[in-house]
Amino acid sequence: MQRIGVFVCWCGTNIAGTVDIDQVKQAAEKIPGVVNVQDYQYMCSEVGQNLIKNAIKEQKLDRVVIASCSPRMHEATFRKAAKSAGLNPYLVEIANIREQCSWVHKNKEEATEKAIALVRAAVAKATLNTELVPGEIGVEPRALEIGGGIAGIQTALDIAEAGYKVDIIEKTPSIGGKMAQIDKTFPTLDCSACILTPKMVDASTHPNINLYTYSEVEAVQGYVGNFEVTIRQKARSVNADKCTGCGICTDKCPSKKAESEFDEGLRKRGAIYIPFPQAVPNVPVIDREECLKFKTGKCGLCERVCPSGAIEFNQEDTLVTQKYGAIVVATGYDLINLDKFGEYPYTEHPDVITSLEFERLTSAAGPTAGKFLRPSNGNKPKKVVFVQCVGSRDKSSRGKTYCSKICCMYTAKHAMLIKEKYPEIEVYVFYIDVRTPGKNFDEFQRRAVEEYGVNYIKGMVGKVFPEGDKLQVHGVDALSSETLIIDADMVVLAAATKAKDDAQELGRKLSISTDANNFFTEAHPKLRPVETHSAGIYLAGACQGPKDIPETVAQSSAAAAKAIGLLNKGKLVNNPCVSQVDEQICSGCLACTKMCPYEAISSQVIEVKEQGKIVKKTVAHVNEALCQGCGGCTVTCRAGALDLKGFMNRQILAEVDAICL
Amino acid sequence: MKFSYYPGCTLKTKAQELEKFALNSAAALGVELEEQKEWQCCGAVYPLAEDEIGTKLSSVRALAEAAQKNEKLITLCAACHHVIKRVNEDMKTKDDVKNKVNNYLQLAQDYQGEAEVIHYLEMLRDEIGFDKLAEKVTNPLTNRKIGAYYGCLLLRPAETMNFDDPENPSIIEEFIKALGATPVKYPYRTECCGGYLSLDNKELAQEMTDNIMKSALKNEVEELVTACPLCKYNLENKNGKIAISYFTELLAEALGVKE
Amino acid sequence: MGRMKIIPDAKKKELQQILEISGENVKDCMQCGKCTAGCPASSSMDILPHQVIRLLQLGQLDKVANSQTIWSCASCFTCTTRCPRNIDLAKLMEAVRLTIIRSKGSSRLKADDVPGKIDPKMPQQAIVSGFRKYNK
Ligand SMILES: Cc1cc2nc3c(=O)[nH]c(=O)nc-3n(C[C@H](O)[C@H](O)[C@H](O)COP(=O)(O)OP(=O)(O)OC[C@H]3O[C@@H](n4cnc5c(N)ncnc54)[C@H](O)[C@@H]3O)c2cc1C
Ligand code: SF4
Ligand code: SF4
Repeated sequence: MQRIGVFVCWCGTNIAGTVDIDQVKQAAEKIPGVVNVQDYQYMCSEVGQNLIKNAIKEQKLDRVVIASCSPRMHEATFRKAAKSAGLNPYLVEIANIREQCSWVHKNKEEATEKAIALVRAAVAKATLNTELVPGEIGVEPRALEIGGGIAGIQTALDIAEAGYKVDIIEKTPSIGGKMAQIDKTFPTLDCSACILTPKMVDASTHPNINLYTYSEVEAVQGYVGNFEVTIRQKARSVNADKCTGCGICTDKCPSKKAESEFDEGLRKRGAIYIPFPQAVPNVPVIDREECLKFKTGKCGLCERVCPSGAIEFNQEDTLVTQKYGAIVVATGYDLINLDKFGEYPYTEHPDVITSLEFERLTSAAGPTAGKFLRPSNGNKPKKVVFVQCVGSRDKSSRGKTYCSKICCMYTAKHAMLIKEKYPEIEVYVFYIDVRTPGKNFDEFQRRAVEEYGVNYIKGMVGKVFPEGDKLQVHGVDALSSETLIIDADMVVLAAATKAKDDAQELGRKLSISTDANNFFTEAHPKLRPVETHSAGIYLAGACQGPKDIPETVAQSSAAAAKAIGLLNKGKLVNNPCVSQVDEQICSGCLACTKMCPYEAISSQVIEVKEQGKIVKKTVAHVNEALCQGCGGCTVTCRAGALDLKGFMNRQILAEVDAICL
Repeated sequence: MKFSYYPGCTLKTKAQELEKFALNSAAALGVELEEQKEWQCCGAVYPLAEDEIGTKLSSVRALAEAAQKNEKLITLCAACHHVIKRVNEDMKTKDDVKNKVNNYLQLAQDYQGEAEVIHYLEMLRDEIGFDKLAEKVTNPLTNRKIGAYYGCLLLRPAETMNFDDPENPSIIEEFIKALGATPVKYPYRTECCGGYLSLDNKELAQEMTDNIMKSALKNEVEELVTACPLCKYNLENKNGKIAISYFTELLAEALGVKE
Repeated sequence: MGRMKIIPDAKKKELQQILEISGENVKDCMQCGKCTAGCPASSSMDILPHQVIRLLQLGQLDKVANSQTIWSCASCFTCTTRCPRNIDLAKLMEAVRLTIIRSKGSSRLKADDVPGKIDPKMPQQAIVSGFRKYNK
């Protein structure tokens, strides 16, 4: 016979107010196997825990049932207490008489009756509990960063500084992301390149960081601490080890029709190109769709002019497989396509531009060398109209329902950048609401209005009518209810942000989820903002939702801290409540392998003795490191060969019996 | 190619050219348009109220007849097209309308939006194809600078009409190009002409058409085409400088069937 | 100008009726003004389209019903197509018009008025439309 102790908690009046503690105690004392019953006001307090510990020792208890709050709250606390008193923690069972009883009932009599039933069930289960010992798995001391924008760079630097190896996979030929395209940054107006470029260089020179640029994730296998990632390094057609970055090839390339991605199509680039002068690595790449050698077989000029013989037309994609303990996803965001917003003739008129194009037009390194000129005729504009919320907060099929969060601030920034260089240009900003929470943010926006004389107009633009060399902007000032017409020279559209088009696909590879807008979902919006539902995979930056740089960097360091915490453990204790296969019963149908959401079950061939002969047999096999203990397989198995340790079928049935019989 | 054809009142009275040239051209293109036998007026405006049923019946009759013949229903007048297309959408998506209409009409078979209604221009674009049309042009309208006036009814609301990009359409320009002329895009080509306001608020309607004509003139449009009799009336009211005709007239001319 | 008295439930029944006739929920509007900014008929409106919605949100149905605006609206669906909140303002305008012309003797256009309003070139379509819009 077991020696079971039952400890009933009052939780102040939370439980005791609705449940008659004495009656519960009396009932518990009558259950066979229960040898000790105690109550206390706050069982989770130090005094309460000591009560349990002492009882375990003095009464030689071999099972403990605690009737208290939800196991989510304090199961870990009580297990620890039991362990310190020498009892295997898995011999502790919780009867949740708070969330499942006192909080949801009013009638004391009925609540007491239910509490007693719950205690009986917990005792019934505890009787069948067995000692469980968690296993250990190793942790590969290396992290992977997917995406090399500011988020990826910051996380990588933090992890690398903590002494772990980090690889960055960046899809494009250079790291840097959108921040590299930005001219100056709010709220301080410091030059984006000046603060980003040093970090890019640090990332490329840090002994612990390894860059895979022009690369993508091909496949992901494994589990927390032991991910196995296959990386596709796309053929650059340039040997990075030989290339000195002299740039002769990019100058000489005769095919210069492609639009520069970095300059948002405002400048042309060659078929062989370095995305921007500060690119890291400073190694060109051949765009095979544009290259004459690839298209026609003729040319090959770059190969002839390259002084170091670095051009390799016959390069092929290579696949590399690496093990990682932790993965951080930092793939960033994009702006929506404005094709469907024909009322703002973005596709029709060169002087209607997006905010990101504006960044390139004011950048000293941009196509106009920082002179703010109309793309249509190269003249200086006299009036510029900004339209915010183009596609943001938009429930129609054209837009995104959410607030893009960064546009209010960068539009104020753009307006001030114009005013600072050219005070004589008239600047108008149409807004629905100005949303500038953040340190020094509202002050920043008000400066645009108060000091720089930017005309903020609450209202929207209905349509822009190109007329002669002007853009007639029809708008409304909703505050005065006056309809307006402005003969502008340029219109700048704050296009909504959106998740990367391939976010879902990447999410599937990683087994992490995306929300209705395709941004990656955090494990908890408040309490676990940088974790995902998959252990060991973290989120940083705008891939989780629109964000500015300060927020991105903060989140990146948070993700780094989580990753370092994991890598630093060296070994992981896994949950012993995992599925186990009774190989004698398993018929090898493998229905469980299909249902397991964590791909924790595979098949294996074993040898068994059948009527004296050794025969081979296929059976299911559970990878204990991958199994999350959801129990799905146990109900899928027709033969009943699968059982979940800690939640065995007979334990659950004993609980049910205790309640029903 | 055979279609059911819904003409509408105005085409039998004040807008006879719109129909005549359409029929001539269809014949030249080898398209058979069979006029529905007992069509009734569509009501000219789509009943916007959710609770209106009676005013949708005539459209459903036309649609049901086409469905029964298993033919697409062709319209010419922009207003008729707008009304019938939207009523059809209601019959597809609004159970309440569907039930009430069917209860009332007691057709041999309940109508649930099975028919497809297409505008004559859509027939040219999607059934014949503008490149094929260009091949059939015998009398190309070379050197003519023609502006399209779209108006509202073909384009909006965009999701139901599903005719073209509501803000930056191109179907009529492509049509003009196919006929050998030069299409001229001007910014006001999708702005409202005032429509029925010309009955009750002439001044406002004139102001609205005025804006359109100014925009066309500024962009050196020499002729305007439209698919709507009321648009044509409103636009003509104001100006003398730009000739306004139905798109079908241009078509007949280019095909050499404009007697 | 006196203060507007906002009694949210004062016109509950009438507003509910507007909602039912139009199928549109005025609460969806965030007052961006895009409807007004693009409305081709705004010049002859005493209350602008976004104000129409705002007044309905505030329960001020009378102000809208007594406005010139509802009769200036051409049902061109420009606002409908552009509203970022997917509101069909043209339907709301129609609903307010209908609450007026559906009540007995309130048709805006009487058969007797017609001869004075038309000319020989005017297409049937205009007259039929006018009747459908202004008469019940
Ligand atoms: C016009 C404009 C002006 C702005 N101005 C400011 C400002 O002044 N101040 C401010 O604080 N913020 C500003 N921002 C916001 C700023 O751009 C973002 O906060 C920041 O770029 C987010 O960084 P990120 O690393 O998360 O994403 P990104 O910058 O988008 O970087 C993501 C990186 O991941 C790579 N990637 C994507 N998918 C994959 C994949 N599948 N595999 C591998 N790599 C991948 C991308 O190529 C990219 O290099 C502005 C934004 C805009 C649009
Ligand atoms: S466009 Fe839509 S959301 Fe904006 S003010 Fe008009 S009705 Fe309201
Ligand atoms: S439908 Fe009426 S309110 Fe809306 S844009 Fe047209 S005229 Fe203006």
